[in-house]
Amino acid sequence: MELNVMQPDQLDDLIQGISLADYQVIGPMESNGAIAYEPIESADDLPRGIIDHQRPGKYALQKIQSSRFFGYTVSPFSWKKYLYPPVQTLFKAERNGQGIQLETDSHDVKYAFIGVRACELSAIKIQDKIFLGGDYVDLHYKERRENALIVAVECFNTCETCFCDSVGSGPEIPNGADIVLTEILESGEHYFLVRSETEAGQEILNQISLKDTENNHYLIKDAQLERVRAKLKRKVQTTGLKSKLLKNPDHPRWDEVAERCLACSNCTMVCPTCFCADVFDINDLDGNTKRERRWDSCFTSDFTYIHGGNIRHSVKSRYRQWLTHKFASWQDQFDSLGCVGCGRCITWCPPGIDITEELKALSIPPNQYKKGEINHV
Amino acid sequence: MSNTKPKLAVWKFASCDGCQLSLLDCEDELLAVAEAVQIAYFPEATREVVEGPYDVSFVEGSVTTPHDEERIKEIREMSGIVITLGACATSGGIQALRNFADVNEFTNIVYAHPEYISTLDTSHPISDYINVDFELRGCPIDKYQLLEVVISLLAGKRPAIPTHSVCMDCKLKLNTCVLVAGNEPCLGPVTQAGCGALCPSYNRGCYGCFGPQDSANTDSMTEVWRHLGVSDDTILQTFRGFNGFIEPFKGASERLEEHKNH
Ligand code: SF4
Ligand code: SF4
Ligand code: SF4
Ligand code: SF4
Ligand code: SF4
Repeated sequence: MELNVMQPDQLDDLIQGISLADYQVIGPMESNGAIAYEPIESADDLPRGIIDHQRPGKYALQKIQSSRFFGYTVSPFSWKKYLYPPVQTLFKAERNGQGIQLETDSHDVKYAFIGVRACELSAIKIQDKIFLGGDYVDLHYKERRENALIVAVECFNTCETCFCDSVGSGPEIPNGADIVLTEILESGEHYFLVRSETEAGQEILNQISLKDTENNHYLIKDAQLERVRAKLKRKVQTTGLKSKLLKNPDHPRWDEVAERCLACSNCTMVCPTCFCADVFDINDLDGNTKRERRWDSCFTSDFTYIHGGNIRHSVKSRYRQWLTHKFASWQDQFDSLGCVGCGRCITWCPPGIDITEELKALSIPPNQYKKGEINHV
Repeated sequence: MSNTKPKLAVWKFASCDGCQLSLLDCEDELLAVAEAVQIAYFPEATREVVEGPYDVSFVEGSVTTPHDEERIKEIREMSGIVITLGACATSGGIQALRNFADVNEFTNIVYAHPEYISTLDTSHPISDYINVDFELRGCPIDKYQLLEVVISLLAGKRPAIPTHSVCMDCKLKLNTCVLVAGNEPCLGPVTQAGCGALCPSYNRGCYGCFGPQDSANTDSMTEVWRHLGVSDDTILQTFRGFNGFIEPFKGASERLEEHKNH
């Protein structure tokens, strides 16, 4: 829909308007040395003038002289933690005289996410396909997702770890948001360009008196996006990648990366598209049970435990599962890549294993590959 | 009625009692536990002694004396299920530091009359002497894991005690990683979960009190700590903590020692 101009002090009107429409507003804030997506009350909670630095195995915030609200890139945890919580009670079964009483989880909070990045919206769309597409719908995800309002914000900065461009998930905001904001802070002027993409989004915007755009606003917006695109230096060559990965299960690089990999699962935990979970029954001494679902990871040994043992015994085979799932078998399963280039798995990997570097090395035919080629710094 | 309840015994070897105390620390659940099982031998809690055999024996502590070697075999013989509690029982404990040195030197320094001390040269986990049915890690153990084991025994199911990394639990709690964001040396990636990522939740690194996770890559962990600027001596000492005598922590500290001597 139409692009309008919103003043910085109206950002709080937007937040209050959303809150009045009965949403729980979740937005970025500085918390414990990182940007966290947490419930916010006003625009004052936003991390003004704070940027993040991310590189393999390293994360740091920096306070700079700027009144920009959305200068950081992405938080350690994506919005997945709300739509698909890390630990979730599926149901409780309590003894009740001779019988059993079942209580299922129901979720009546409507979330509004403020500051969803292009890669993150792409990830939500991938998870929509996983949990809502096909014959089996995940009702827990459905009730959270259907009611959620998404306010996407275009990126201004990028981190060294970002590569949305080369996997086609950014930096322009894909469709699927309710409201899209672009924060402009240049030539001494600070304002937002705002548009709605759904009725729910428009209803919220209707309550704020926005100004019309002038012609040059479109140019300013496009130029900002192009500057972001130019900053995205990290790339994945996706053409032909699937067959290169699947045809080379014994590529020597798998052994090299397995020497560094700690099988700690941090990468899969922070990935906004990873969807694996395990289910546990938690009993008490009175015979009551709670069934819980917890995020799981293909890096654990229990993950592939079947009768007789674990079928992915080596860390090499687990690392190979992760990378081939993201960039090869995901395509057969969900008709897209399993990676949106947010860079989280690179930043939060303690030894700083960089999937883009691994993919580059694995794309070299095994017989031409020399050990240590394409080396991490 | 009461004779259908499983008979439970709690035994102590070389240890500090902390793990047994975790059982007493289950305040809210203790009465329910006492209802569900017959506490037949537990000197820390009651003077009453019911003769064996026992359905379940919990064993705390490591084997450090010739007498211990005999006693643990007897316990195995009179117990249906043997479950070891804590780092001492599952890996030899902090007292296994003697395994890397000369125990006589320690006894001479510590005791006024070392001649009265009858001790083995090394401290060993219980599983080096007998078959153990289940091991609970930690220094001390986690009371929720202990309850999970008791409840699972009663329910006849496998206890849900994961053997994956502390990082998994740290991420499930949505903590910000202190290693990546705080340059804090953290042993979480190579350590088995169980504590609920206690230390990182309070902004400090894990020092490995639950011992190695099932796929611990200690050499890569050493490299990560070196990159953080930690000295080899400190890394060596960290691997050689409560679980220093269990592989692969043992090998990691030995390789660092070798590296130092070359
Ligand atoms: S694989 Fe890594 S870069 Fe790709 S979406 Fe997952 S966390 Fe982000
Ligand atoms: S990469 Fe691993 S954890 Fe992530 S979705 Fe695939 S199998 Fe699951
Ligand atoms: S790739 Fe990195 S984050 Fe993932 S399991 Fe290996 S060491 Fe951990
Ligand atoms: S703080 Fe420690 S335990 Fe937590 S994720 Fe980081 S390395 Fe793992
Ligand atoms: S975080 Fe590590 S050191 Fe701290 S309680 Fe847990 S296992 Fe022990």
